[in-house]
Amino acid sequence: MSTYSLASSSSQNQIAKILDNDSMTFAEKAISIKNKRSQSHDANRRNDSSSKMSMAGDIAVVDVDLAMAQDSTGPLAIRSLNEMRIDKLYDPSKVLLVIDHTFPAADEKVANLHAMMRNFASKHGCMLIEGSISHQHILENLAYPGMMILGGDSHTCQAGCLGAFATGIGSTEIASIWATGQIWLKVPETVKVLLSGNFKKGVFARDLILDFIGKLGEDGANYRALEWTFSDDITRRDLTIDSRACITNASMECGAKLSVFPFDKLTEKYINDNPRRIKEDSALEIHPGSSATYVDEINIDCIEIASMVSGPDHPDAVRPASEMAGIEIDQAFIGSATNGRIEDLEIAARILKGRKIHRNTRCIVTPASVRVYEEAIRRGYVEIYLESGAVFTNATCGACVGTHLGALGEDEICISSSSRNFVGRMGALSSKVYLSSPATAAASAIEGKITSPEGYL
Amino acid sequence: MDSEDSLGDNTSTTTPSPSQQQSSPSPLSSELTQSPPKSTTIPFTTEAILQGKAWVFGDDINTDIIIPFRFKSRTNDPNEMAKYAMYGIDPDFHKKIGQGDILVAGRNFGGGSSREQAPVALKYAGISAVVAESFARIFYRNAFTIGLPALEVQGIKDRTVQGDVLVVNLGQFTVTNTRVGDVLQAKSVPDFMKKMLLDGGLVEYFKKNQKFPWT
Repeated sequence: MSTYSLASSSSQNQIAKILDNDSMTFAEKAISIKNKRSQSHDANRRNDSSSKMSMAGDIAVVDVDLAMAQDSTGPLAIRSLNEMRIDKLYDPSKVLLVIDHTFPAADEKVANLHAMMRNFASKHGCMLIEGSISHQHILENLAYPGMMILGGDSHTCQAGCLGAFATGIGSTEIASIWATGQIWLKVPETVKVLLSGNFKKGVFARDLILDFIGKLGEDGANYRALEWTFSDDITRRDLTIDSRACITNASMECGAKLSVFPFDKLTEKYINDNPRRIKEDSALEIHPGSSATYVDEINIDCIEIASMVSGPDHPDAVRPASEMAGIEIDQAFIGSATNGRIEDLEIAARILKGRKIHRNTRCIVTPASVRVYEEAIRRGYVEIYLESGAVFTNATCGACVGTHLGALGEDEICISSSSRNFVGRMGALSSKVYLSSPATAAASAIEGKITSPEGYL
Repeated sequence: MDSEDSLGDNTSTTTPSPSQQQSSPSPLSSELTQSPPKSTTIPFTTEAILQGKAWVFGDDINTDIIIPFRFKSRTNDPNEMAKYAMYGIDPDFHKKIGQGDILVAGRNFGGGSSREQAPVALKYAGISAVVAESFARIFYRNAFTIGLPALEVQGIKDRTVQGDVLVVNLGQFTVTNTRVGDVLQAKSVPDFMKKMLLDGGLVEYFKKNQKFPWT
């Protein structure tokens, strides 16, 4: 323990015991530390009052450090609070509202719901962010190791990239956390993933997670936690926090409840470089025990992964990009919470520099946050995009959710670095979405058809 | 098993009449004996028994299919959400179903987004329960939270033909196909989830008890 260590007191001693426990997974430790009251499913442990330990399958009531809702889940959470006539938040400093999905408002109906959120934030004094995607804002400013984050957004699990316990739930349950500071959680079973080796040229974290989802299936990690570990320091170093965020975000597409990279030197450096704008009182380095029980263990050698494309209609319909090459596209979308970070925009700029978007193709680049947006301007990427014929938008979920800034018409085809390719996700029910890395999307934008990116790097 | 004998009088199949579709919420017991309103917040009674016609869907029915983002993100009105129930497969689905109909599906029902609007849209469109081989985690939580019974029953998809009449017993957590007659046991849930469901969801539970089920 170095960065985040414990002061000595009786409850702290109990936490120290959990941290040092050799037989608990990350999820078991993270939930046990936040546990207020456990109901063990194991009769032998149920009466053991000395233990705060929550093991896989147990149900625990946990203290929540951050409860977020965005503009398509927040209004319903506010409505539920109003219906329950709850007028007071447990702790406004732990409540975050984010207007990101349809920002700026695309029409009057959306504008009214945005206004409802602003009024709520102003009345209760909670955090309100507009114009950065919630997950990226949480990554850049709020998440810390050991934090318990619940979000009214399935991709809340992204914050696991900093060693937090982060997962998505629905609006009314978020409202209940706003009211009480607590929620119930079932402790998930854990799949351990061991990464080794390095990516081939043109292959990125997104290809890794697409490949992974293709093998596990759309519900392959449903109810489960994914614990990402490294076999060596070279692989560890090469998988940046941006890349880890891509993996933890996209883990939702195989149903994961939690996807976590336990604290390491990269986590520490990232947090030092990007100071938190929230009290880190309960920050803790949580490391899984060496004899923890896993439901599955998966080894991945990164060198074996190719550029992958998923789709259409199901995120686990994954094949190598080379096998999909030649499928004509109407649009390429580079952005979203999954792949709208500066690392992603850099790759897109490298590929688009000095080249032109195909005449039959639109290319839209959407950064994940205002910070990424500003950095893209500073580094000259925006000039490159504009010269290539691409559109550079404000930071928002945008085209990913098919409601503004790049919705698809009937039968249109899009290659996208966004999170999902479900039927009608980006517009018309007959439109089709293929998911890929930003590199594959950028190369495809130039060719007007699905193209592997190796030749462009 | 003869379904009519085992179910008693209060479970006859009902069809909504247009004149009653606009009426205000009514308790479940009257819903089973009268033509019910099209949209309600349903305060269940314990041991509630639901009966309805089955609509059968496949695996991996995600929340974008159940209600696309562009519709759910523009309203806070459950009756408006109901107009887009299952839009991704059939935009007219909400017009075709009757009050109390039951949705049957394969694996991983409700995958994808955390949108609570998905179970809300189904409930307010008239669906009284969803029975599936398995559910995606967040949809399952949301269904209980908003008072839409979600029952995980192995083999349900292959045993059910479109239009079969199913009986769901929320006290026993069982599903009976009246054509076949066998009683299938759904995966059990913690007592507090069942109580919340039987009270009509988290908001109704809180209104009644002035506390949350897990606190």
